[in-house]
Amino acid sequence: MSGMQHSTYTPKSGIGRWVDARMPLPRLMYDSFVAYPVPRNLNYAYTFGGILSLMLVLQILTGVVLAMHYAANSDLAFNSVEGIMRDVNNGWLLRYMHSTGASFFFIAVYIHMFRGLYYGSYKAPRELLWILGCIIYLLMMATAFMGYVLPWGQMSFWGATVITGFFSAIPLVGDWIQQLLIGGFAVGNPTLNRFFSLHYLLPFMIAGVVVLHIWALHVAGQTNPTGIEVKSKTDTVPFSPHATVKDGFAMIVFLFIFAYFIFYIPNFLGHADNFVEANPLKTPSEIVPEWYFLPFYAILRAITFNIGPINSKLGGVLVMFGSIVLLFIVPWLDTSKIRSAVYRPWYKLFFWIFIADVVMLGWVGAKPPEGIYPMLALLGAIWYYAHFLIILPVLGLIETPRRMPNSITEAVLEKNGGSAHPAGAAAAPQTKG
Amino acid sequence: MRKILHGLAALAIVAGGTVMVAAAQDGNSAEPTHFPLLPPQEMSWSFSGPFGTYDKAQLQRGLKVYKEVCSACHSLNLVAFRSLEDLGYSEAQVKAFAAEYQIHDGPNDDGEMFDRPGKPADHFPPPFPNEQAAASANGGAAPPDLSLIAKAREVQRGFPRFVFDIFTQYEEGGPDYVHAFVTGFGQKPPAGVTIPEGTYYNPHFISGVSTHMPPPLSDGQVAYDDDAPQTVDQYSRDVAAFLMWAAEPHMEARKQVGFRVMIFILLFGVLVYLTKRKVWSDVVH
Amino acid sequence: MSAHEAADETVDGNRRDFLYIATGMVGVVGAASVAWPFIDQMQPDASTLALAQVEVDVSSVQKGASLTVKWRGKPVVIRYRTDKELEEGKTVKLSDLKDPIARNANLPSDAPATDANRTVPKREAWLVMVEVCTHLGCIPLGEQGEFGGWFCPCHGSQYDTAGRIRKGPAPENMAIPKYEFTSETVVRVG
Repeated sequence: MSGMQHSTYTPKSGIGRWVDARMPLPRLMYDSFVAYPVPRNLNYAYTFGGILSLMLVLQILTGVVLAMHYAANSDLAFNSVEGIMRDVNNGWLLRYMHSTGASFFFIAVYIHMFRGLYYGSYKAPRELLWILGCIIYLLMMATAFMGYVLPWGQMSFWGATVITGFFSAIPLVGDWIQQLLIGGFAVGNPTLNRFFSLHYLLPFMIAGVVVLHIWALHVAGQTNPTGIEVKSKTDTVPFSPHATVKDGFAMIVFLFIFAYFIFYIPNFLGHADNFVEANPLKTPSEIVPEWYFLPFYAILRAITFNIGPINSKLGGVLVMFGSIVLLFIVPWLDTSKIRSAVYRPWYKLFFWIFIADVVMLGWVGAKPPEGIYPMLALLGAIWYYAHFLIILPVLGLIETPRRMPNSITEAVLEKNGGSAHPAGAAAAPQTKG
Repeated sequence: MRKILHGLAALAIVAGGTVMVAAAQDGNSAEPTHFPLLPPQEMSWSFSGPFGTYDKAQLQRGLKVYKEVCSACHSLNLVAFRSLEDLGYSEAQVKAFAAEYQIHDGPNDDGEMFDRPGKPADHFPPPFPNEQAAASANGGAAPPDLSLIAKAREVQRGFPRFVFDIFTQYEEGGPDYVHAFVTGFGQKPPAGVTIPEGTYYNPHFISGVSTHMPPPLSDGQVAYDDDAPQTVDQYSRDVAAFLMWAAEPHMEARKQVGFRVMIFILLFGVLVYLTKRKVWSDVVH
Repeated sequence: MSAHEAADETVDGNRRDFLYIATGMVGVVGAASVAWPFIDQMQPDASTLALAQVEVDVSSVQKGASLTVKWRGKPVVIRYRTDKELEEGKTVKLSDLKDPIARNANLPSDAPATDANRTVPKREAWLVMVEVCTHLGCIPLGEQGEFGGWFCPCHGSQYDTAGRIRKGPAPENMAIPKYEFTSETVVRVG
């Protein structure tokens, strides 16, 4: 709704009017990031979009300067990264910002996605917004994976070998596709070169899709914890300064934790084997992907048996990719008319069980595939699928939602102990800490 | 708040259940398949914690141990002589130290390779000309380069310790491992464990019951210039500290810059929070 | 609204403005501090700086011969000048020079371009010079040209036996780097 509203931008200076008549970029900025109305009841879970934008910019900036010192050649890559760590001025800082930044990018994106799932942000009219987000997530995974290959350590090399091995599972053309991807019969210098090229390219594609994502957001407007659409002006506050300063504060808290990791435990989220240069003749004792891929890795490894004509290798790959595809169709799997989990007691429970399931899958993904773990992985994968394919559709049909307030303003006033009295609420001189 | 509690409770139930099942699995052990057999002991290091710094005297002793013992088989390819100034040596000392090494260089104007004394800009020369030579001289297993060894060896800490490590800033797993490994020789293997010919049992070794590396150190082997004890334990601590420096030479700067950054963010965070409160003071939300 | 309330409001307003300005300024300081590492990383790194000084053994260089070494990515010529070349260099009047400044990093920046000022004391026969034409950076050819010094084939600049520009488009004498004879036979450049 808000994207359609009338622009209130009035250029103050002559130059402003001159520009506005020719290319109204300042007007677009003003309407999108100053006057743009956002629901007044957004909580801190809604600040992660801003945090993600910041992380994208930071990753691109650190990445561009690292590329000034990095050599994308299998003979030089490992040592050039160590040159950055040892000899380049502040190189250690920039590298740790970039490597830790990848992890924190994913922390933020997971909170952002789970927030969307919890508050039903994907429902009409925001399906495209959600799908664009899923595309960003996919691009992020591709970028992160290829970036992890660049230091050319043991994990880089064997991670690349395993992940490109997924494609060899495809019947008939699999081997051909794998060779096409890695440019040889095994991962090697051509692979490293093309991964570097793509790792540099993809973030800019992400930035492009982010623009579309924000565009779609500004057409439909933000959701909010109640899931009720904005009905009147009292339901909203202007983006600046209210949302900007709140987003800003959240960014700083996030940066605080980020800085703690960069400066005090920069290798905590990495893997020791990546400090050993790639050796095509020796596999590390266990290959573990970066933590943000672990749940999917567990799902991949859950399939250890043939399913009819599909062998276990192809089965694992299909089930793993399927678990991401499911995210794209969530808007149509969820049959509930109610958006927010706040008013859906059963969905809320299942949401948290789902989180627990994903955390468990992540934990299992880090464990060697032996003992109880393959069984846990299988159970976790089944639950993951069941959550999307059974629980989401069925719950929407049988669940009795809680009583909902009539408007955002009413919900806010109720929460603050006031009477449900929306008139002039924003103008009323109530204060709250 | 209640919803978070609910969620956490559900999470705890699922996680708790799986941990119990997993724990029940871990009991049986005939021929060991997970290494090391013994986790490294946590040592106290001058460089641990948010204000940790390298002990320069210790690094100098560690360099001596590396030079007189380890360097016979292990390279230190990524470390340049010039960076030894970090250990408290003067420019002239570094120059003299570098000149003790012969560096293979060339070709000269006649097209021939030659050896010349090392310069500060050179890196430590490797003991073997290539990996194949290193492997064939050492029973088929090339001794690893030590430049990054203190970051490249990490014994899994397991749940919940790895969570606590975030708050205790534990990142000394590498030096702990080096110390445990170097001092871990000479023990009797447990019954049922077979030690292959030509290898040495070491319960701290990260990828097997035994290693091709013979016990490298004995008491009194390296003569220290200061009054530090000349024992295997002290040697291994010193060389582990030296290797940590070799792997992460900018650690001190990192922690010092980090402290300033954290203070700044804290201060800025308070200001932005106050601003945020002011901005939102007239809105019920 | 009473006067009292109005006063309160102003105090409150001032405090709020102060808070906003303080927050903004601290934010700017933070952004600038973050920007610095991104700029500083472009400076030569430690491995490059370690090669910023080279020591050259010149014991094999006879009178009338020269040696070219690479220093900071550029050729440095070390020439043991003949007595004739030295004499030619000394007889030139400063007023005949296109560039009357010595361009010698071992001397003050306004030292005149006498022949002695193109070298270091006691080693006047040795010319240690960055062999890069001051016009557009080509490498001139030695012992050539009208003045018996250097001739740049790119645009025809001519230098004399002390590397001073005498004719052609180049604006300055070729640069003398910082150098020192650390012994009878060793020159340290840089």
